[in-house]
Amino acid sequence: MGKTLFEKIWEKHIVRTIADGPDVLYIDKHFIHEVTSPQAFAGLERRGLKVFRPAQVVATADHNVPTINQHLPISDELSRNQVEQLIRNCKAHGIELYGLGHPYQGIVHVIGPELGITQPGMTIVCGDSHTSTHGAFGSIAFGIGTSEVEMVLASQCLLQARPKLMRIRVEGSLNRGVVSKDIILHIISAISSSGATGYFVEFAGSAIRSLSMEARMTICNMSIEMGARGGMIAPDQTTFDYLEGRRFAPAGRDWDQKLEEWKRLYSDEDAVFDKEVSIAAGDIEPMITYGTNPGLGIAINGLIPAPETIPDESERRNIVKALNYMGLEAGKPLKGMPVQHVFIGSCTNSRIEDLRLVAGLVKGRKKNEGVKVMIVPGSQQVAAQVREEGLDKIFAEAGFEVRQPGCSACLGMNEDKIPAGEYCISTSNRNFEGRQGAGARTLLASPLTAAAAAITGVVTDIRELLS
Amino acid sequence: MQAIHTIHSRFVPLQIENIDTDQIIPARFLKATTKEGFGKNLFRDWRYENDDENRPRPGFALNDPGYSGQILVAGKNFGCGSSREHAAWSLLDYGFRVVVSSFFADIFKSNALNNGLLPVQVSDGFLQRIFALGSSATLTVNLEEQSIAIDATGDMERFAINPYKKTCLLHGYDDLDYLLSIKSAIESFEKQPA
Repeated sequence: MGKTLFEKIWEKHIVRTIADGPDVLYIDKHFIHEVTSPQAFAGLERRGLKVFRPAQVVATADHNVPTINQHLPISDELSRNQVEQLIRNCKAHGIELYGLGHPYQGIVHVIGPELGITQPGMTIVCGDSHTSTHGAFGSIAFGIGTSEVEMVLASQCLLQARPKLMRIRVEGSLNRGVVSKDIILHIISAISSSGATGYFVEFAGSAIRSLSMEARMTICNMSIEMGARGGMIAPDQTTFDYLEGRRFAPAGRDWDQKLEEWKRLYSDEDAVFDKEVSIAAGDIEPMITYGTNPGLGIAINGLIPAPETIPDESERRNIVKALNYMGLEAGKPLKGMPVQHVFIGSCTNSRIEDLRLVAGLVKGRKKNEGVKVMIVPGSQQVAAQVREEGLDKIFAEAGFEVRQPGCSACLGMNEDKIPAGEYCISTSNRNFEGRQGAGARTLLASPLTAAAAAITGVVTDIRELLS
Repeated sequence: MQAIHTIHSRFVPLQIENIDTDQIIPARFLKATTKEGFGKNLFRDWRYENDDENRPRPGFALNDPGYSGQILVAGKNFGCGSSREHAAWSLLDYGFRVVVSSFFADIFKSNALNNGLLPVQVSDGFLQRIFALGSSATLTVNLEEQSIAIDATGDMERFAINPYKKTCLLHGYDDLDYLLSIKSAIESFEKQPA
């Protein structure tokens, strides 16, 4: 029997298997950030341990950092303390830190790939659930808790039970105005926010193959939003072209050798998955969420479901609760509804390609007066590219505010928050209650749909703005 | 990690599904650098009006003096979303040792097990029968026997747990103790040709 992509990588990383227990899995790369690492370092210190393989750890500050005046000391005392703690911990343990002020600083899931640290065939972890992003390169990448961060720092290993495997194929060509964010929101709405819990997901099919690396990262990024431990896509020429020449990608003879290995990373024809899901690309329309989990989404021209049409009682109760929080009415469309905020950023959609898409749409247009628009590039490198390509001028002319890199209003840990009761179309990944600030109401959508709302001031079908 | 054997206690019911870790502990409280003290902000935005500790929301189970105990009982898909271990720390710090649900998100479950907070997955039917109980009812969770029982009726269900994790919880071992004990095997693994 053939092997899946997942099995090929996992099996190469098993140090040993505990009888009736998990595998000891070797971790190639470990990303850390300021919020989920301090207690792990404190744990090491309590046990008198050093970091086992500091060269395999990369750190950045992203979750709580301000997105303006990054050259000044952080004014929030607790955030400053966490960032300073990270600096001290990295220094004490010899870990490379791309902190504030460093040209490589940025959202951890943006910088790993853009620096070529993330490579096919690797095992990659980080104390952040969106670590699944790195699976777009054909690696096994997943989020871990702080106790596990401590374990990886101390031993470069984790105890992990092998998850079940699911393959989701998306076949066919995409409709006009549909981008990778719509694909993943469509999938999550179809299988629910817990539909892949217990599974690791491989995305496959012609529509996935046709996507750029940035677009593939958006898909894998949100696999956690359907409960999956991670998502992955087999590497191909698109992957290799993206990686070649990047700062930490292999070069010369190493590159040739790696490339040979990477070309063997795919699921064999006769490999067996525990579950298979098939999606027709042609069925996917621009998507938007109306509820308080990412599975509560509809096509942009659709109607908010009426709870009484939902047979399952607990599901019905969920939707009533969500609509109550969101201040939305069942059976009504979202299209045409005014929004007060547009947030373009986060590890889901803050890469250069996302910002080019937005700039392409807004060039020569102005934002609606009733909307505040915040663009937060994913990294210093993305921000530099934005300036190099003159996208910053397009955004400035449109009245969009471009801020400095960080996680920002995706999770409202810094001062970038949405006020209670107001609506925000956001390119981020979670619409949970209070996620973007206490009482904030989040509508998840693609960068194109977010940009369209910035122009019109209301939820808009992007296809109506495309010439 | 504190070992866990048998918990016999009243329970706090949260009949809500898909409780995500942003509800358990909102991101703005993740700025601490220690594991202690998160309990006071557990379910912060469901517990208080306008973030005001002097204005507890009536009707929220944690504010109801009728409910107490070391067991939290919640709707399915508990702990989805962010990987923040602070969710497990805040539940423990508040005083819970067991969370009962019909379905747990993966990362939350790992985090809970790594901290001595026992996730007990029961059938939907059993969960509903617990929700139907009065506030004075008690439950008994026995890890050795992998059982959970409603004391008044004797209604009992078995739950699954990985045998390795069960041993860890019963003895208070954590994974790191084990990993450190096999360091030479890890070093040999690293020397293998790719």
